[in-house]
Amino acid sequence: MIEAENIEDQNGLRPDGRRALELRQIRVKMGVFGQADGSAYIEQGNTKILVTVYGPHQPRGSTGRSTSNITKGIVNCQYSMAVFSLSSGERKRKPRGDRKSQERSLQLKHAMEAIIHLEIYPRSQIDIYVEALQVDGSEYCASVNAATLALIDAGIPIKNYAIGCTVTLINNPSLEDEDNTLGKGVLDANYVEECTPGVTLSVVSLPNNDSTSKDGLIVVAQGAGQRLHLSQFESLKARVLCGCQDIRTILDYAVREYLTEQSLPSLFHVALN
Amino acid sequence: MLTTKIFFRKTKGGNVFKTVREHYLRNDIHCGSKACEKCMCKTRNIILDDEDSSVKSSKITEPYYLLIDTNIILDQIDILEEDVICNVIIVQTVLEEVKHRSSMVYKRLKNIITNPQRKFYVFVNEHHKETYIERNPGESTNDRNDRAIRVATKWYNAHLHLDDNKIKTVLLTDDARNRELAEKEEIPAISMEDYILSLENSAFLADKLCKKNYSAVCEGPEFFPCHLTPSELHDGIKTGKLQQGTFQASKENFLEGFVNVDGVEKSIFIQGRSSLNRAVDGDTVAVELLPEDQWSSPSDIVLQDEEETDVDNVLEVKKVIDKFDPSNKMQKTQTGKVVGIIRRNWRQYCGILQTSNIETNVRHIFVPAERKIPKIRIETRQYTVLCKQRIIVAIDSWPRNSRYPLGHFVRALGEIGNKTTENEVILLEHDIPHSRFSDAVLSSLPKMPWNVTDVDLAQREDLRHLDICSVDPPGCTDIDDALHCRDLPNDFHLLHHVITDLLSSNLCSLLEKVERLTFSCIWEMDKDANIINTKFCKSIICSRAAMTYDEAQLKIDDATQQDPLVKSLRNLNNLAKKLKKKRLDNGALVLASPEIRFQVDCETHDPIEVEAKKLRETNSMVEEFMLLANISVAKKIVEEFPEYAVLRRHPEPPPANFEPLIKAAKNQGFTMNVNSGKELAASLDECHKENNPYFNIMLRILATRCMMQAVYFISGMLQPNDYYHYGLACPIYTHFTSPIRRYADVMVHRLLAVCIGADATYPDLLDKKKNHALCQNMNYRHRMAQYAARASVALNTHLFFREKIQDEEGYILFVRKNALQILVLKYGLEGTLYLNKDKNSDVTFTYNAENHSQTCGNTVFRTFDPVTVQISLNRSNVQHEKLIFKLVKPFIPGFSVPAANAQSCRITVEEGTKETAKRKMETEKQQSNNAKGGGNKKRQKKRKH
Ligand SMILES: [Zn+2]
Repeated sequence: MIEAENIEDQNGLRPDGRRALELRQIRVKMGVFGQADGSAYIEQGNTKILVTVYGPHQPRGSTGRSTSNITKGIVNCQYSMAVFSLSSGERKRKPRGDRKSQERSLQLKHAMEAIIHLEIYPRSQIDIYVEALQVDGSEYCASVNAATLALIDAGIPIKNYAIGCTVTLINNPSLEDEDNTLGKGVLDANYVEECTPGVTLSVVSLPNNDSTSKDGLIVVAQGAGQRLHLSQFESLKARVLCGCQDIRTILDYAVREYLTEQSLPSLFHVALN
Repeated sequence: MLTTKIFFRKTKGGNVFKTVREHYLRNDIHCGSKACEKCMCKTRNIILDDEDSSVKSSKITEPYYLLIDTNIILDQIDILEEDVICNVIIVQTVLEEVKHRSSMVYKRLKNIITNPQRKFYVFVNEHHKETYIERNPGESTNDRNDRAIRVATKWYNAHLHLDDNKIKTVLLTDDARNRELAEKEEIPAISMEDYILSLENSAFLADKLCKKNYSAVCEGPEFFPCHLTPSELHDGIKTGKLQQGTFQASKENFLEGFVNVDGVEKSIFIQGRSSLNRAVDGDTVAVELLPEDQWSSPSDIVLQDEEETDVDNVLEVKKVIDKFDPSNKMQKTQTGKVVGIIRRNWRQYCGILQTSNIETNVRHIFVPAERKIPKIRIETRQYTVLCKQRIIVAIDSWPRNSRYPLGHFVRALGEIGNKTTENEVILLEHDIPHSRFSDAVLSSLPKMPWNVTDVDLAQREDLRHLDICSVDPPGCTDIDDALHCRDLPNDFHLLHHVITDLLSSNLCSLLEKVERLTFSCIWEMDKDANIINTKFCKSIICSRAAMTYDEAQLKIDDATQQDPLVKSLRNLNNLAKKLKKKRLDNGALVLASPEIRFQVDCETHDPIEVEAKKLRETNSMVEEFMLLANISVAKKIVEEFPEYAVLRRHPEPPPANFEPLIKAAKNQGFTMNVNSGKELAASLDECHKENNPYFNIMLRILATRCMMQAVYFISGMLQPNDYYHYGLACPIYTHFTSPIRRYADVMVHRLLAVCIGADATYPDLLDKKKNHALCQNMNYRHRMAQYAARASVALNTHLFFREKIQDEEGYILFVRKNALQILVLKYGLEGTLYLNKDKNSDVTFTYNAENHSQTCGNTVFRTFDPVTVQISLNRSNVQHEKLIFKLVKPFIPGFSVPAANAQSCRITVEEGTKETAKRKMETEKQQSNNAKGGGNKKRQKKRKH
């Protein structure tokens, strides 16, 4: 564990130089893996995620047989973290199967079920494999974003983008900040910020199509850290939805570029704001 | 723009990890100048003046800003705190260096920055596109940071080079190399001394210049051996050749001290100037043990550095050390020498200037009030003013060629001997912050007139219909708890309210017939005072009456009164008695200490407590419910936050602590059973002597001395068994009931509010490490406050005994080898009566260690024996006035002094009428002070747990 550092004194800037509502640089590459039906690679700062999608295909293994629900397709998610992925430099003991990974797999499944038109895939299964190559905060949300892109690459019809974003309440609202904005929660926290005492909300939402309204349907929300008082929730929600909307714009742009170029996969640099 | 920071980190296990972090560079960071037209994004933080408002300097002709280097902040913070210095740019590189080097200076710097009048602008150069620099290969972090500071200065000069308004940015640094490099790059740079001396009327600022860097010129003989370099120290400690510890100077002998090595019981003795090698009390030092044949032992002579003249003479030093006669060393102890300083623990010191023959001289010697601190050499141009004052001085450095450390004048406190000045000294020497609250703090106070709002009503339980009242000592202004009790069909329903939320003595006080916001603790109890149910809520109350203990007692006793308020009080009183019985049955201790039991009325100096032993039932009624509330809250917050609850524990004393008590009691024919608190309480209750009414009290005073200090702690740091409160005999305890005067209670209030969902948490509230640090701080503050209180009592006693000689009755509290410790009940005053002090006298006292007695002829002195002593004040040392105790009765020819009456008569005659008038005035002043301080009385008398 990295020692929790003091986050202050930068005239309203976060330790890495961002302002409260700024996201890290997002780089996207779709169709990176020829053998899969769909794939996507995303970098949100130093968090790097690769997602592959297989399917739809006939259900295999226990998941297929045991399920009684044959009118809808099944989503199977597996989340794993590379042993070398931790940004602190430490090694993870095993890539998957631990509680955290299982929890993530399940939550990812919820998010994906919310956007895939499962009713058009009866008796079918879609496999989504997430590999967190490098982890520097907000990795669950980044993997949701990557999974959405991989589904698009696989040509699986989706209702909307599922967008993940975190909001972190890092410290006392300090009187010195320029607009007191850090105290109300910062978006897309990196590992250092996640480690400071406070609350991190990971939210997956389906943002509205028009980017003017900062609203959206929240499908998964998960908190980590200390307890959150109800009075703080609304402002955090507003902020995180704002972040989701921004990420959606970036991803949407990347998808359109990718689909128009089609020829060779290329690396997009989508600058901040 | 983005760059990546990569660095390597070593863990405790020795593994090296590579850490990668992102580092964003921006183009929207403002330079902070009002004159600037280039920076686009405006924020309200632009504070650097556009017109020429910086103080006039003969060296800088254009309008200018100062950009200051890390060394200036670390060393010259006393000057930076002067209002004269303004329009200053602090770059982030510097801010971070300061933070890592000294948290104390960092705090002071932050205070300056947050004051908008000072115009200190923080420029985040490390995230600015044009001022961020990468470290060059082979460049040290230090050099890189110096370069970053120069780059920022250069950028400012180019950036603010406007057509009509050219503002120069000057690099202020005491690092000669950095200055040289800056000049090479055509960056304006200046040293602090040059800058200060170039200002108009700089004399008072020049006194405050840090003397760190001017010692480079080595003149005269060297008094001390070299210190080892940091790497040599590191290696030495690693191989075990050297040991690291905290240096403690001796109070008695300025050429001796001890080093306490962590985790080692026996400390290392240090003797002689060159072995001490410039270590100052509190420093973390590296010591090397001497070979065993050079070991020594603490000399029993008292040696103060009384040198009047400042002669840097090696011979003189030798002479002093030669005074330690090696032949009379009985027990040699492990002895070492200081070879290096790992960390200085220098602070600012109170003291006075040593009288100087040459008043026009700039160099003077400062004598600290604390005897453990060496004299300090300072430069001042204001000797004639300062020589009559108490002043504060900071140490800057201690070069090898200087007998005393070098320091600089910080500020003057006031005239020596003046009560206000001496009070200030007490506060400073005990590290008690007493400056006024900052505007930021004051602005968050509620606006007057204050009213209960609809929001309050919605969020709180409205208990204004209940007949609540408060019971306190007379004249109490900060009423922080109120009570109420009503019958339920089966049980009682009890309320204990604690004020919350609002500061200031008015709003925080539960005044009569006024609505107040409170935090309530509600118990449901059966007739035997067993708790059936406990509830906490934020509430609004309206106290029906604010009563004194006496008033409440009268109401309870008056059977004709039957209104709801009185009924409520009666029920409370009955329940309290049952609660108290349970507590005492459990083994809770009732102890006494002279500070508490013998409060002295400031006006008349008559003891007010000696006869106040018949405490009213109502006193203990309030106390019982206070204890109960604290216990209930403690249980609740631990249940909810097993890791983070703020609690208070009182450890059981180790059996050895009780030795003096047991012996003293045994000499009087009593047995003390100290196996448990309960047995101790029972033993104490049985000790009574017909002929000595104060015997029991004195025994309890002795018992108090055996106790450990009660401390605050965080539940997660200890096992639940260790939460025990020995004095109260309860498994868990905290402080909840006095949020106005104790910070712990505020923390507990916040935790409890989160427990019941009334408030939001904030990240720090549930941070174990930070809470632990807070508890350490509260314990430290508490301890220092106690010391300060004692020092303050001593000061007042000294003021009282000035020009007075008085005979008083007292009792022997301890019998020591060469002295009797006397307790004067009337003043709650303790003093030492030295025996065998005069070597020429033929009166000798014989000490019997077996039964702790001193015998002289037919007279035997034992613990608890009554004596009459003559008290007078020795004022020969201005900084260390002390009370002198002399024996009057029993009369020992050649030792005892005659009764004081005759002497004091003589003094009155000598004093002129003028003097008497002056004293009268002083008394009046004291009286008015006393009237003002009325509210504090309660504080002193508050029950301490
Ligand atoms: Zn500018």
